[in-house]
Amino acid sequence: MNDPINEADLQAYADGRLSEERRKAVEAWLAARPEEGERIAAYRRLAAEVRAAYDTMLSEPVPPRLAQVAARRPQWRRVAAVAGWIAVGIAIGAPAGWQARQERTVVQAVPETTIFARRAAIAHATYSPEVRHPVEVGADDEQHLVNWLSKRLGIKVRAPKLDDAGMSLVGGRLLPGENGPVAQFMYQSQNGRRLTLYLRTEASHNRETAFRYARENNVGVFYWIDRDCAYALASADVSKEELLRLANLVYKQLEGS
Amino acid sequence: MDEAKRLVELIPRLRRYARALVGERATADDLVQDTLERAWAKLHLYRRGTDLRAWLFTVMHNVHVNRVRATRPVDPLEDEMPELAQRGTQADALLVRDLDRAIARLPADQRAVLLLVTLEEMSYEEVARTLGIPIGTVMSRLSRAREKLRALLGEPPSAKLKLVK
Repeated sequence: MNDPINEADLQAYADGRLSEERRKAVEAWLAARPEEGERIAAYRRLAAEVRAAYDTMLSEPVPPRLAQVAARRPQWRRVAAVAGWIAVGIAIGAPAGWQARQERTVVQAVPETTIFARRAAIAHATYSPEVRHPVEVGADDEQHLVNWLSKRLGIKVRAPKLDDAGMSLVGGRLLPGENGPVAQFMYQSQNGRRLTLYLRTEASHNRETAFRYARENNVGVFYWIDRDCAYALASADVSKEELLRLANLVYKQLEGS
Repeated sequence: MDEAKRLVELIPRLRRYARALVGERATADDLVQDTLERAWAKLHLYRRGTDLRAWLFTVMHNVHVNRVRATRPVDPLEDEMPELAQRGTQADALLVRDLDRAIARLPADQRAVLLLVTLEEMSYEEVARTLGIPIGTVMSRLSRAREKLRALLGEPPSAKLKLVK
């Protein structure tokens, strides 16, 4: 084995994956080149640090939602989050050509949607405790409510029907948002649990995102963008799983509307 | 279902890789969830007797690539905050944050190679299969990833690195 030592050998040496013979050859080679020796030693230290940093994940209990995916396997379609569907849809639609685009997609921006979710949580916390004036226009005048909000937002707005999930429409109101008016629909269950849907027009059309979850104090929010509209579904009274189920219902009803 | 059981056993490893890949917990678990759902749906496509782990990581890789394209980045602080308390010591958290930041600055394709080799300790051949790239590409990405990580984390870069193709 008198092959010259190449970079791949050095990487494999750092990973401890060379044959005995080759390892000795690399060691001899490195002994004569202290700078290279230091570089490879640094790679080994880095690998150890990376393992030390993330290995803790191995001993953590698996979060219930992941265990549930496994447990509910036969019904996986029912529990699949829209996030999964979007990913699947795109996987089918565009299997090739991703590598070329990959480089530019890792750019991190502070998402403005985060501010949107926070505002939705604040709006929920502000109006959901109201006993006498939770909404400006009640569900008994739903047609007027929807027409009014549609006119002010400049898009066709609909209030999803969540009665099958035990949430009936209380009504809605118009609120100031970052870049224009925002609509809020409020729902309530028979035992008084409340849910609000916060929505605004989305400037960058034809964009879709997966569901995101955020928590502001005790208010949980699932938020997403579907074409013309950004949505945030907020509640302090239901579990995250229940909120996700409701978000799926809302998404399905309003999809592409 | 042996595969089903084995798949469940692999969840912690998927979580570890995802956590290092995307830099924060909530998004990592979203990625794992999407991966599991897709894997369940596609389990009939898995060829028995082949490497289930490599197959699963391929599924995760594809889901991740599509998610990155389909979604906006999440503000790490937003989702991280409620869970910081579960973290280990302060020093650990700092180390993890430095690493997160450095790893996030690697190009995505280099990051995947580095983490599969380092965390999963996959052979270079397995990495090539999992990511669907030639082994030479695995080696060059690994080399570039390590050198960049070293530079980012303040180790002096090798004075004259001979880049071997």
